[in-house]
Amino acid sequence: MRTVCALDGLRRGGAVDKRPAFLEVCTVTKRYGGLVALDACTLSIATGGITGLIGPNGAGKTTLLNVMTGLVRPDSGTVHLSGADITSLPVHRFAEMGMARTFQIVRELGSLTVFENLLLAPRHQSGEGVGAALFGRRKWWAEEHANAVRARALLERIGLWHLADQPSSGLSGGQKKLLDIARALLLEPQLILLDEPGAGVSPPLKLEMIRLVRELRAEGVTFGIVEHDMHLIGELCDHVHVMAEGRLLVSGSFEQISRDPRVVEAYLGAAA
Amino acid sequence: MIPYLITIAILVIIAALIGLALNLQWGLAGLVNFGVVGFVAIGAYTTALTAPSIGWLPAMILAALIAAALSAGLALLSIRLEENYLAIITIGFGEAVRLVILNEGWLTNGALGIANIQRPFASLTEQFGGDIVFVIFAIGVLAVVFVALEGWTRAPFGRALRAIRDDATISAALGKPVFALRVRAFAIGGAVMGLAGALQAFYLTYIDPSQFSAIVTSYAFMAVIAGGRGSNVGLLVGAGSIMALLEGTRFLKDFISVIDGVQLSALRLGLIGVGIILQLILRPQGLVPEARRKAADVLAKPREAA
Ligand SMILES: Nc1ncnc2c1ncn2[C@@H]1O[C@H](COP(=O)(O)OP(=O)(O)OP(=O)(O)O)[C@@H](O)[C@H]1O
Ligand SMILES: [Mg+2]
Repeated sequence: MRTVCALDGLRRGGAVDKRPAFLEVCTVTKRYGGLVALDACTLSIATGGITGLIGPNGAGKTTLLNVMTGLVRPDSGTVHLSGADITSLPVHRFAEMGMARTFQIVRELGSLTVFENLLLAPRHQSGEGVGAALFGRRKWWAEEHANAVRARALLERIGLWHLADQPSSGLSGGQKKLLDIARALLLEPQLILLDEPGAGVSPPLKLEMIRLVRELRAEGVTFGIVEHDMHLIGELCDHVHVMAEGRLLVSGSFEQISRDPRVVEAYLGAAA
Repeated sequence: MIPYLITIAILVIIAALIGLALNLQWGLAGLVNFGVVGFVAIGAYTTALTAPSIGWLPAMILAALIAAALSAGLALLSIRLEENYLAIITIGFGEAVRLVILNEGWLTNGALGIANIQRPFASLTEQFGGDIVFVIFAIGVLAVVFVALEGWTRAPFGRALRAIRDDATISAALGKPVFALRVRAFAIGGAVMGLAGALQAFYLTYIDPSQFSAIVTSYAFMAVIAGGRGSNVGLLVGAGSIMALLEGTRFLKDFISVIDGVQLSALRLGLIGVGIILQLILRPQGLVPEARRKAADVLAKPREAA
């Protein structure tokens, strides 16, 4: 399977990422009625890297992210995580496999406070069991405390600490975006997929976000980032995939793809 | 007057149990249940039928277990579907239970119902007279249920249910086993409804299908809405005030001579309806808002949860 995907990429894209793939999407097709959102799309996200995913509006980036995280089932094709086929895994198992994601249009858990949003995320919470919730109180309370310390540090970093006890429904759009990212981080994932993390976030906090992503990468976390902000992509990504009309158009380093005439054409074509 | 107050107290306790159960299912977990009365009836009939042979405590436990198993089964069948389908299926369940009770006479004695149900601590009751022993027993059941539900609500379990209520997709993406958590919440709620039915059978010592009409479900929803979705304390206040309004207004007919009893009973229900609507306009979050964990509480030194 893996060789098939790699060859496919070679034929299409030009410069292939030679590092081992953490997440691989193989010839995934997704149709919505007559519309082909993903058209035999094949690409991969390299272990330990920051992979960018760009393309004009409607190129299929969000749909691809949804397929990668089990929210959308492809009509055909497969998704592999570290070589294991995860195409038909139930959604909640993806977090267990070490994946986390954020959403382009943030759908917050509005009746939970900002802090509760974060406390919700960590994996393996014993207090979520029916029996342990009542009879293992000491244990889950200690877990809560440890999670709370991490949550506080993150909130301070993204400038939301003073809103910790506010219902998250009251946050501004950019703040919700930041909360979404912080929540994903508390899952302690090995792979984080961000769907337009920079949209609506103010420049200073965007810089903070870039710093945060770099730090986590240094700790060994892998990133996949969908973004329209080319500055952010250029700053962060060591490999970029360009999508158009549900297919992988070009991939390579940021310098390579930004020189590629096909990329310019795809963006201009979409605008025309 | 005292016996009348005791009757009201027990009716409030039963209504509160049913309301607490619905508050977990619908208030906290966002799972609508229009078949509440069906689970209460299952609990009542299980108790009435089995208590003579196995004793009151095993009968109550059995009532809770059977109601829980049926809830879980119903949830397994329908929770994957949209909320609207759960509404339809639970309505159907409530109606099916009523029809079975009415028509399977060999088991339930049909419309005639089951009489002479022995209360727990029957000998003590004779000794102290009246219903005082039973009130204490009922308060004990309510207290245990309340403490357990409050514990679940404030634990990570309850928080996960609230998250699922707000957005199931996000919760799943955060690794919460949405389906399993929903089934558990629905089953626990069913068990508590079964217990409420058991108390009702013991208290009235007589059950028949007419006691299990859809109005029981409506009262439960009123109590949850009035008290505040997700708040157990609010639920107690809500159930208490609705029963107080319902029962208290009975005496109106002694003071108002222009309307007769039938008109009055219709008027009482209407008053509650108006009250609920006014509340939804003026205080939509209910009398007591849902409890939320304060950051400072969790950040304080690890200790027993407050
Ligand atoms: N649930 C859906 N039902 C119908 N069509 C859909 C659905 N989801 C996506 N599409 C269509 O699939 C195509 C790809 O959408 P997608 O959201 O993946 O684009 P995108 O690359 O993320 O765009 P943007 O940059 O604007 O976020 C679009 O034409 C969109 O209309
Ligand atoms: Mg998108």
